[in-house]
Amino acid sequence: MKKEYDIIVVGAGPAGSMAARFAAEQGVSVLMVEKDRDVGYPVRCAEAVGKEGVEEFIEPDDSWIKANINKLSFIAPNGTEAILEINQGAYVLERRIFDYELAKSASKVGVEILTRAYVNGLIFENNKVVGVKYEFRGEQKEIRSNIVIAADGVESRVGRWAGIKTYTDFRDMECCSQITVSNIQIDPSTLYLYFGKDVAPGGYFWVFPKGPDIANIGLGVNGLTGKSKSALAFLNDFMSKNYPDASILTSIAGGVPCAKTLEKISAPGIMLVGDAARQVNPLSGGGIASGMIGGSIAGRIAGESVKRKKPDYILTYDKAWYDRLGRRHIIFDNIKTGVFNFSDEKFNKIAESFNKIPHGKRTLGKLFTLALVNHPALLLDIAKVFVV
Amino acid sequence: MYRQAKTGKLLIDILPDRCDFCGCCVGVCPEDAIELKEAEIFIIDQLCTNCAKCVWSCPIEVIKFNKQGVLVK
Repeated sequence: MKKEYDIIVVGAGPAGSMAARFAAEQGVSVLMVEKDRDVGYPVRCAEAVGKEGVEEFIEPDDSWIKANINKLSFIAPNGTEAILEINQGAYVLERRIFDYELAKSASKVGVEILTRAYVNGLIFENNKVVGVKYEFRGEQKEIRSNIVIAADGVESRVGRWAGIKTYTDFRDMECCSQITVSNIQIDPSTLYLYFGKDVAPGGYFWVFPKGPDIANIGLGVNGLTGKSKSALAFLNDFMSKNYPDASILTSIAGGVPCAKTLEKISAPGIMLVGDAARQVNPLSGGGIASGMIGGSIAGRIAGESVKRKKPDYILTYDKAWYDRLGRRHIIFDNIKTGVFNFSDEKFNKIAESFNKIPHGKRTLGKLFTLALVNHPALLLDIAKVFVV
Repeated sequence: MYRQAKTGKLLIDILPDRCDFCGCCVGVCPEDAIELKEAEIFIIDQLCTNCAKCVWSCPIEVIKFNKQGVLVK
């Protein structure tokens, strides 16, 4: 380990690993620190991701692909099922291996990795972040760097210490509870999404297969719903009704900040990536691919900034992210606000109308168009996403 | 000794034995008043305003109101 690094990345999830890798590829020194004992564990994720988003960064490998998905099944409150075939495909991952592989890919280009290093403060000089304070095996330590990249997930405390308002409104936080269950029967090529006030008001309920007899089953509800009923209580209700005898292999909780990206994701000496920057698709809650994209952009810019000795160059990251995905996420956020306020009757009607469209002609765009047919402003937003 | 609520009548209490350390509460805390390590969580008394946002956001009912006050070491 060196005495100081050009760049320190806090957090070794997908966004952190990609930030570290893309920075190191510019020939600068990078240290990635992780608070937990393991990279990739514990998992706090439903593990579904579009193929395209992953394959931009890593060669597909059977060791971390648990299911190959080609259909989405939307289940309305009255049980009407609308099936959408997806050409581009998706995976259900084994995140504990996937994250490991991403970190390995970063280490291959020279990133040093330190686990069990809990960052608990920043070092400042002339109002610029110049390093981190951390606890390692009971000892308080410090290490300096030109740039700190905060990839510390939904907690997003590192950014706060740099003066950025990172906390998420509790009404936008999707609070999730999930179990991985075995000894069930499920089509391993379909992602199932349930909607409605009985299963997941202000969110959705998912059953994502990880094989023909195993699945991630869980849901997210926002903090407003959580005031009267917790995600765990919804999950228990669903399980006792649908799978009373399932064996539970894993049970986890998690928070997904489902709102548009933070207004500011860089400041002198610091950049935010992944969930910490709220680079989550606010509609789906998916954050693996978008976090990796955010990480890669930040890493590249950070590396170039060090190489060119232009510290201010990192401030161009906000615009680069906005152009690549941030703009889209604002639109998704508007759509989300519409969709999550739908009544059960509305969900039922949408599913029934969608089923009248022939299979070959069903697209996600058409589904949303149906959903928002009485919401002209949102329809315009949809057009922006799927047409422009 | 009991920790007492500073504002309002409600006092927030985390039950660390039941916690999954998911970070949801930390992400919604406006005061940065929750410390979360790998398998350790506690409220920073000096910063907490008992606003209850963490209570509503906890997916697995680990953060609760405690009317008596919370025993502190």
